[in-house]
Amino acid sequence: MACKNYILVCGGTGCESSRSDEIYRDLIKEAELQGVKEEVQIVKTGCFGFCERGPIVKVLPSESFYVGVKPEDAKEIIAEQVIKGREVKRLLYKKDQNTADTVKVKDIDFYQKQFRVVLRNCGVINPESIEEYIARDGYKALEKALFEMTPEQIIAEVKASGLRGRGGAGFPTGVKWETASKAPGDVKYVVCNADEGDPGAYMDRSTIEGDPHSILEAMIIAGKAIDAHQGFIYIRAEYPLAIDRLNVAISQAKEMGLMGENILGSGFNFDVELRLGAGAFVCGEETALLRSIEGNRGMPVPKPPFPAIKGLWGKPTVINNVETLANVPVVLTRGAAWFSSIGTDKSKGTKVFALTGKINNSGLIEVPMGTTLREIIFDIGGGIRNGKKFKGVQTGGPSGGIIVEKDLDTPISYESLISLGSMMGSGGMIVMDEDDCMVDVSKFYMAFCVDESCGKCAPCRIGTNQMHAILDKISKGKGEESDLDDLERIGKAMTKASLCMLGGSAANPTMATIRHFRDEYLEHINEHKCRAGKCKDLIVYEINPEKCIGCGLCARRCPVPCITGEKKQPHVIDKSRCLKCGECFKACKFGAVTKR
Amino acid sequence: MAKMTLDELRALRESKRKDLEKRDVEGKDIQIVVGMGTCGIAAGAKQTFDALVDQVQKNGLEGSVLIRQTGCMGLCYVEPTVEVLVPGMPTVIYGKMTADTAEELVKKHLVGHQLLDNHILDRPAADIMKK
Repeated sequence: MACKNYILVCGGTGCESSRSDEIYRDLIKEAELQGVKEEVQIVKTGCFGFCERGPIVKVLPSESFYVGVKPEDAKEIIAEQVIKGREVKRLLYKKDQNTADTVKVKDIDFYQKQFRVVLRNCGVINPESIEEYIARDGYKALEKALFEMTPEQIIAEVKASGLRGRGGAGFPTGVKWETASKAPGDVKYVVCNADEGDPGAYMDRSTIEGDPHSILEAMIIAGKAIDAHQGFIYIRAEYPLAIDRLNVAISQAKEMGLMGENILGSGFNFDVELRLGAGAFVCGEETALLRSIEGNRGMPVPKPPFPAIKGLWGKPTVINNVETLANVPVVLTRGAAWFSSIGTDKSKGTKVFALTGKINNSGLIEVPMGTTLREIIFDIGGGIRNGKKFKGVQTGGPSGGIIVEKDLDTPISYESLISLGSMMGSGGMIVMDEDDCMVDVSKFYMAFCVDESCGKCAPCRIGTNQMHAILDKISKGKGEESDLDDLERIGKAMTKASLCMLGGSAANPTMATIRHFRDEYLEHINEHKCRAGKCKDLIVYEINPEKCIGCGLCARRCPVPCITGEKKQPHVIDKSRCLKCGECFKACKFGAVTKR
Repeated sequence: MAKMTLDELRALRESKRKDLEKRDVEGKDIQIVVGMGTCGIAAGAKQTFDALVDQVQKNGLEGSVLIRQTGCMGLCYVEPTVEVLVPGMPTVIYGKMTADTAEELVKKHLVGHQLLDNHILDRPAADIMKK
């Protein structure tokens, strides 16, 4: 027989360090003492992601959420909740009145910081079942768009919602649709940009894998709005599962008459086809993407004309990112007023982020615009791994910049991130700690841009190469102070003169790290030192003869091997042959191997 | 299914909504939902899925248990994730459910009606569709 109550005690590291273990033991003891052992099960759980108010205790099925619980509260919880069925009011979570909350939707007064609009069905429905999507209001927005609204009304609703492009640039979606709808032409297209390419970003993949029909529904609605009858989803071939699920979804929708000819008897026709990309980063740029769909080499062309006027095969084309489209059905079913009540003044709705890097709770998160980075990293993300010190967070991938500790309390919006020298980007969020070297990080992103530059325009093709060469030199300890000026000079030229945003933003990571961590660059240049120990050419491993007992463990681990020495005598590393892999450093139990 | 009209779509939505609310599909009232996005699969969700099917059969529960898949629940740091719905018990999400935990899940949760220690997690956000 099932228990009457289940008490969940957070066993995450944060809560455990604030005595959640004792709470767990005392609850079990109290349940026994008060004779209700059979009626309640007490279990330890994983982290609730709310560590700042820990230890957390949650009681089911009443969903009572207790914060800051102490072992001495165990008696009361058992006596009140289990025996009398009443909540312990004084321990219940209450939202802090003092926080300057920009989030206005009333129903986000729950303790959780996340709010799932785009990911509403992810992890809930079976993505390969159109029935489950329909059951959760799926294709209801389409009904509305086809039978109750004119194209003008659809566009007006999307405009009023304040929805902006989630691919990174934040262009108002309704305005884009309006432009395409007014553009002359009898053939128009709707394109979904699913060419997610930022390192560490996987929001779009997960959205498609978890809820493919939401994209299809939105594309048909966009088609009705601009009078297009053909849609293309441009998705990278590296996403086989997402492609499979889209194919399943498309055939289901066609079979049920939700796509194809005469949708639901409305007389409106719309078809969607997939186009697989080979994985070039530049094809995420809209004009390059359109060239790739046409069967040409994926290279950007100058804007204007914008795709909404002259896009695919020269026809007016609406091109929206996956996440943008996933918002559209909700905008129509809930209404623009509901949608625009979430978020900040100019940035409405939510944003999905892929939280990765040196963070405890990495994952796919969705928060209302206006949430601060601190809330994301330290509340939802559970803080930095292994108790290390936070150094920065990269948003916007190779086009964004690093955001440092002092700016963590800025509410997230398109504008605020740009003012911090980064950008929203598609939503990759990579957290870095004290073990990450800023020169190394910049070099990594620049190497990425060198590889991915399409080579069409000189500022990007040559600029990324030059900047990478300088960063490489600095990382090897051969830099000069004037190199920093050169980096900034080349970066500025690239930003101004590149044809597309790949080159136009490629300098951002380097610029941001120079701005915030100039001392670290100077350390590499003047002292030939890498404080994080990442730049291999600047690290030296040595054995302290006074501490070495001659156990020989390091010599056995050394892959070269370049460590020699008699048994029970101090060993020596041959630095000329050392690969700096660090195995000896990790192996030594006596702290005799040093790294500097 | 043949092509639907607007009324048929609405009727289908209503009937399926009731199914989802009751969580009673094909006469099976216990559901195990495995998160099978790329992240879950990379962490071994397919093996977990297979092990669960196996264990459900071993315990003679195949008549009452439905094992389904879903997309990413967002808790990538504790993949594979599994949601368990048993009538009369609170719905819970378990993390780090590798294939070798399948036996414990079936025996303890489905048969014994007890929750598993050290695996429970919170659903990351309230469901906007429930309002």
